[in-house]
Amino acid sequence: MKPNATMDRREFLGATGLLTGVLAAGSPLALFVPSRAWALDLKTLTSGEGATLLAVARTIAPHDKLDDAPYALVVQALDSSASTDAAALALLRNGVSGLGAGFVTASETERVAALKSVETTPFFKSVRATTLMTLYASPLVYAYFGYEGEAFSKGGYLLRGFNDLRWLPEVPLVDSGPVFGAGSG
Amino acid sequence: MPSIQQHDSNAVVIIGSGAGGGTLAHELTRRGIKVVLLEAGARQSLASFSQVPGEAFAQLTWLEPRTQSGTTTVAEDYPTLPSWTAKTVGGTTVHWTGMALRAQPWEVRARTTYGAVDGASLIDWPVEYEELLRYYQMAEKRMVVTRRNGNPGLPASNHFKVFHYGAKRLGYKQVHTGYMAINSRPTDGRGLCIQQGFCVQGCKTGAKWSTLYTEIPRAEATGNLDLRAECRAVRIEHGADGRATGVVYRDPAGIEQRQKARVVCVACNAVETTRLLLLSESARYPNGLANSSDQVGRNFCHHTGCFVWGVFDKPIEFWRGTTLAGVVLDETRHDPKRGFAGGYHLEMAALDLPSIALAGLPQTLWGRELGFVMDHYRSMAGIYVNGEDLPRSTNRITLNPALRDPFGLPVANIHVDDHPNNDAMRRHGQQQGKLMFEAAGAIKVVMSRQTPATHNMCAARMSRDPKDGVVNAHGQAHDVANLFVSDGSAMSTPSSANPTLTIVALALRQADYIERQLGTRAI
Repeated sequence: MKPNATMDRREFLGATGLLTGVLAAGSPLALFVPSRAWALDLKTLTSGEGATLLAVARTIAPHDKLDDAPYALVVQALDSSASTDAAALALLRNGVSGLGAGFVTASETERVAALKSVETTPFFKSVRATTLMTLYASPLVYAYFGYEGEAFSKGGYLLRGFNDLRWLPEVPLVDSGPVFGAGSG
Repeated sequence: MPSIQQHDSNAVVIIGSGAGGGTLAHELTRRGIKVVLLEAGARQSLASFSQVPGEAFAQLTWLEPRTQSGTTTVAEDYPTLPSWTAKTVGGTTVHWTGMALRAQPWEVRARTTYGAVDGASLIDWPVEYEELLRYYQMAEKRMVVTRRNGNPGLPASNHFKVFHYGAKRLGYKQVHTGYMAINSRPTDGRGLCIQQGFCVQGCKTGAKWSTLYTEIPRAEATGNLDLRAECRAVRIEHGADGRATGVVYRDPAGIEQRQKARVVCVACNAVETTRLLLLSESARYPNGLANSSDQVGRNFCHHTGCFVWGVFDKPIEFWRGTTLAGVVLDETRHDPKRGFAGGYHLEMAALDLPSIALAGLPQTLWGRELGFVMDHYRSMAGIYVNGEDLPRSTNRITLNPALRDPFGLPVANIHVDDHPNNDAMRRHGQQQGKLMFEAAGAIKVVMSRQTPATHNMCAARMSRDPKDGVVNAHGQAHDVANLFVSDGSAMSTPSSANPTLTIVALALRQADYIERQLGTRAI
């Protein structure tokens, strides 16, 4: 993903797609990108196909307060596999065309019904797997989910809250163990 | 350059460097026996372990294709990854969670204890429990297991507080932070667990026991080990007398090499161990090596591995802390009143953000329900139901000639039709997990189906009667005196314990036996 400076060239070339968006004001994702406006070049899929797949990804893994940008990474991953694998391209292209042009603007109920009817197809399974693999693996979404990622570089959580839960009673030592390095060892 | 000549027919060749192969290599080399250790994967280090979950998975996992058939839901849910095994120096001891449980006395007499169960091919182990126990104790010392030999338990994490509270509310008596081969204090030259999570990505502090940084460097220090990483065994050869003579392998450049051997030990995790034995067919052994009984690949077991996820309305942050340090032992008993033979462990389990969605939650979950669960990622707790599955002679690993690896060799097909006993146990275990989480205040509980197994076992099992299995009580092939199976394949039945401790115990025992056999020139 990059700032949308390539838009003119893409519009001129016209053949393949471009996804664009603007991060919501105050989005935590703004920390990770140089500009709130973003654009994603598609190497193989058209803009229409990209938009449909973005809507599919949002329907599969809906998080209303999450920007489009991390979902666009899903489209990027799908586009990338379609660019090197003709079978993957055909699968996506046929799947998207089966959903129809109205999918992007349809209500969520309609989108869910449309996907429900293709739930067992290789197209859906493939897009679902890529959605989960890409969306939830992106550091762009860690803050949204409260996930802290790797902690080795910070010394782990031994002295940083691995046992700071207070809404349940403490575990008796016999079922637990001493916290070495925290003065109780 | 290799330190042991390829034409040196005095070497013991071990294939696979995980719990079985890595331990055996150390035990033999420290007694002055020359060992060539072939490992298909590359050598990583604490420094090179990736802390990006997807990258770590790719770095450590056997990703070449395998196929799956049968009624198991794994075939439907994970068609391209029916089994989660390692391909790296240290094998699955790099990605294991450190849960070092013993099999129970009645579990090694499964046929006697459970009786003749329809559709199961149960046998008793040809090893007395008292003897196995001695080796368990040696293994626990070596691996520095918590709650054994005076080692303190690991401290309770946030996640364990939830697990423990729910279990106690349900009336369970034996609930603690586990028998873990993870240092609760600095021991054996390795540091203590800093509660960072990321156990299965390779423990970057080395607090978790792995052959990669314990047994293997110690074996190297004896001067008797020749470790060849990125070397893939493709065939075990034999002579006119039927005994193994050496191993054909591909070196890191893909070029075929041949290492002579006095003894060959196979420790590639059950799927690849089976495949290698079957690929080693010859005019003398048309069904594959060590397979006159037609038992190689049969009786495959992989535990009733499935998850229960509790969603709470208060934060837990279960990624903070040791991934699996929590266990309920009460359900390991054999109690047919529950509706099934054998028992299971309830083990606390956390998964990182992409993995929980990809492999932890049901493969059919999407839409608002998935969104709701994932929106509560900070407030989730998990249980892995690790139960004893029953062997069936038709649950079988075979070669699949329709799909070939990069060397043109057929890949493994894993066929599993779940025994009804497994389904009943899984349902019971998941229901108990659900009750535990509800007792602790969960607002929603989600259950997975069976997940791809790392616990691959019994496909070349030890048997008293050669027609019931592949190897004898020491892992020595019934058919080929100088061929050994040194991984979980040799287990006669799977028990309800995570298999690593048992594999290490059996490897220690096998090393004693091989030394004696070499000493008397029996092999």
